[in-house]
Amino acid sequence: MSKVSFSVNGKTRELALDTRTTLLDALREHLHLTGSKKGCDHGQCGACTVIVGGRRINSCLTLAVMHEGDEIKTIEGLGTPENLHPMQAAFVKHDGYQCGYCTPGQICSAVAVLDEIKAGIPSHVSADLNAPAQLTNAELRERMSGNICRCGAYSNIAEAITEVAGRQA
Amino acid sequence: MKSFTYERARTPADAAAAALRNPDTKFIAGGTNLLDLMKLEIETPAHLIDVNGLALDKIEPTAEGGLRIGALVRNTDLAADRRVRRDYGVLSRALLAGASGQLRNKATTAGNLLQRTRCPYFYDTNQPCNKRRPGSGCAAIGGFSRQHAVVGASEACIATHPSDMAVAMRALDATVETVRPDGATRTIPIAEFHRLPGDTPHIETTLQPGELITAVTLPKPVGGRQIYRKVRDRASYAFALVSVAAIVQRDGTGRVALGGVAHKPWRVEAAEAQMPRGAKSVAAQLLADAKPTRENAFKLSLAERTLGAVLTEAKG
Repeated sequence: MSKVSFSVNGKTRELALDTRTTLLDALREHLHLTGSKKGCDHGQCGACTVIVGGRRINSCLTLAVMHEGDEIKTIEGLGTPENLHPMQAAFVKHDGYQCGYCTPGQICSAVAVLDEIKAGIPSHVSADLNAPAQLTNAELRERMSGNICRCGAYSNIAEAITEVAGRQA
Repeated sequence: MKSFTYERARTPADAAAAALRNPDTKFIAGGTNLLDLMKLEIETPAHLIDVNGLALDKIEPTAEGGLRIGALVRNTDLAADRRVRRDYGVLSRALLAGASGQLRNKATTAGNLLQRTRCPYFYDTNQPCNKRRPGSGCAAIGGFSRQHAVVGASEACIATHPSDMAVAMRALDATVETVRPDGATRTIPIAEFHRLPGDTPHIETTLQPGELITAVTLPKPVGGRQIYRKVRDRASYAFALVSVAAIVQRDGTGRVALGGVAHKPWRVEAAEAQMPRGAKSVAAQLLADAKPTRENAFKLSLAERTLGAVLTEAKG
């Protein structure tokens, strides 16, 4: 067992965990924040995406004990049923899901993608590495490629993100 | 996953010394490859040394006019660094062609060099694999080998190195800096860092037991058109079938390295003299000793055509 302390959605949490516990399992099994989903558990599907220190990561591929002092944001910290985050509201409006299993990961990823574009981080499809990143459909699709949706709601997901991005611009 | 003990390293030399004391130790940084393999019990370390606190996360100019990239610099930060984008475009492009946004936010420069093959027989613990269990045989030879190496392979292993970043590093003549358990440091040219499989495919690099990567250094920028072109089965988030990292000068001379074809980034300096003559001449020399399987022979023409597309793009 190993002790670790980190902040989840603004609240400090102290846990004593088996060193093998992934951040995803710590969130779901120990803190009962079951919004983040376990899909493949190997970093291939993105259902477990959370935001750590402002950056999206696969919570299944990192050990909880490696996050001492970190600030973690999960889908539960983005909005509430009464007060949805704009990205959550846009996913509802544009029907950006079918079964919903990948949705928390998609939304966490989408929120972080807009921050990455704002920070000027280029992508594989950026035509010019030295120009500001563009907010095109091709850019969003490339940047969201780590989030798989087996229902195939991709075009609606892209529309939801585009709407939020437009409002922020 | 097998149980393990865990410690946070205080200095690079301490980490190296601690790793030597226990031969079942692994360093962990991003963890994106190691934890995947630990879940499958392909990697079963008894002890993990977390090196994330070692402050090796800076990109600094060198006295020679190059860049020194800390071992812990995340793939996202390296790809987005203004100096890398401007002066080492092939490296930015290679990084952005690999993995997903989430993984690039975690994966480190040193970890990227050290990632293991994605050979499906290495991943399947029911199959023999000389890399996973030395001496057990190779299920890929005679198996489904479409993704596998066409050059530099051996009777013991036909796995490829999966990194995109390392291919660009090879074209850029990067140098790997390390610290050893006795505290001594050394530099390893990237050309000598990864090994060919031979009869010991489980030994993938020239690192010694306990030796820790502290940085990767890029020499002074060489200019030219810098292009990384990756061919894969889907448009994003997939490993290369073939990739080409190229630096092409105005007079048509330059450098080229291939990914997806060998156990290490594949570069043959002598072949580069053929660059002004075109892709066919370069590929003929670069892949002269190729021994493809029936299933991956397509990689030879694919490599030549991808190189051809890159050389055409460089002229435009």
